[in-house]
Amino acid sequence: MTSPLFDFLLRQGDNTLVLGHRVSEWCGVSPVLEEDIALANTALDMIGQTQMWLGYAGEVEGKGRTADNLAYLREAWDFRNLLLLERPNDDFGVTMMRQFLFDAFHVLILKALESSSDTRIAEIAAKSLKEATYHLERSRETVIGLGDGTAESNAKMQAALDLLWPYVGEMFVADDVDAAMVKEAIAPDPSTLREAWDAIVLPSLSEATLTVPEGDFTHKGGKNGTRHSEHLGHMLAQMQILPRSYPDASW
Amino acid sequence: MQRPTTDQIWEWLDAVPDPEIPVISVVDLGIIRDVRWENDTLAVAVTPTYSGCPATSVISFDIDKALREHGLKNIRIETQISPAWTTDWLSKKGRAKLEDYGIAAPRAAGGPEHCPRCKSTDVEKISQFGSTPCKAQWRCCSCLEPFDYFKCI
Repeated sequence: MTSPLFDFLLRQGDNTLVLGHRVSEWCGVSPVLEEDIALANTALDMIGQTQMWLGYAGEVEGKGRTADNLAYLREAWDFRNLLLLERPNDDFGVTMMRQFLFDAFHVLILKALESSSDTRIAEIAAKSLKEATYHLERSRETVIGLGDGTAESNAKMQAALDLLWPYVGEMFVADDVDAAMVKEAIAPDPSTLREAWDAIVLPSLSEATLTVPEGDFTHKGGKNGTRHSEHLGHMLAQMQILPRSYPDASW
Repeated sequence: MQRPTTDQIWEWLDAVPDPEIPVISVVDLGIIRDVRWENDTLAVAVTPTYSGCPATSVISFDIDKALREHGLKNIRIETQISPAWTTDWLSKKGRAKLEDYGIAAPRAAGGPEHCPRCKSTDVEKISQFGSTPCKAQWRCCSCLEPFDYFKCI
């Protein structure tokens, strides 16, 4: 039985770790140089945020595990990231749509965490928020530009939205860990963020001339670790192979 | 050895260049948050510019090395993330050096005042991200040169 605070910190750190790694997969193969640099920088920010979250998680757990230990030596079922973030990159449109859907949520939760009763969390949130804010600026502009672009870019962005929309709901599903965080004024109930998220995302999608899919089916099981998709294991195999094969490797 | 004053230490640190933008010092960059003696140990608090900036560990190493070269032995470098770094902490001297080097200084308005080369105000953003996490890519529409802009955060 782990503490709810430890679980909560893993969720924050695993979100930024998994998305950060996914985004880093574009390094060197992006459509244009500027986007390559932008994606690599975004990934770097998120890996940096991961070090803060998982570093604190390791301290809270109290078993001497470092951020690196938590990132590289856990199995897929121990990860607590949202299913949305472990989705493969597919094309650039899917990558940017995934980023936009998460960035809007990320900015909102970090804003709320700035006033967390846990000082360390408030500090990490304040630091991360500066970065998440310009991530959102870029992903929002890119989604609008491509959605309201050519017939081909519009079709690709609509396909991306249709593919990812069923993963949106998990961001706002509250569970026992969230309830424990709310009780101690550490973090907000994620379901309370939906309205503000809609206010950011829906007008932007409309500006992008994209249609929000009907239905509210939600894939779940990432943030509580019960049902990760098959994609996470493949991603971790690549991400973790070096420290697992060469346990004491260092730069 | 006589214990150097913290003013002296700040002066030494002002000679440690930023590894990515060597024309400015780590003091100009505003990342040295505190220098204090704790008995015989010198504690230096450093704040990262961006949380994932790979230069952070190099900076700590460079600071440690510079202070050792001045004869200090017991040095502790602390990472301090709060309050979060802001470009408001760039020194005036640092801002001027950035411009001379061809990097437009950050402005609250969100973009450069002018092209650092020809001073034209007719400039446009190419990308919000540049060669390091702290910079964006802009272009001058008069002299047509691309240039770095130090992002305002």
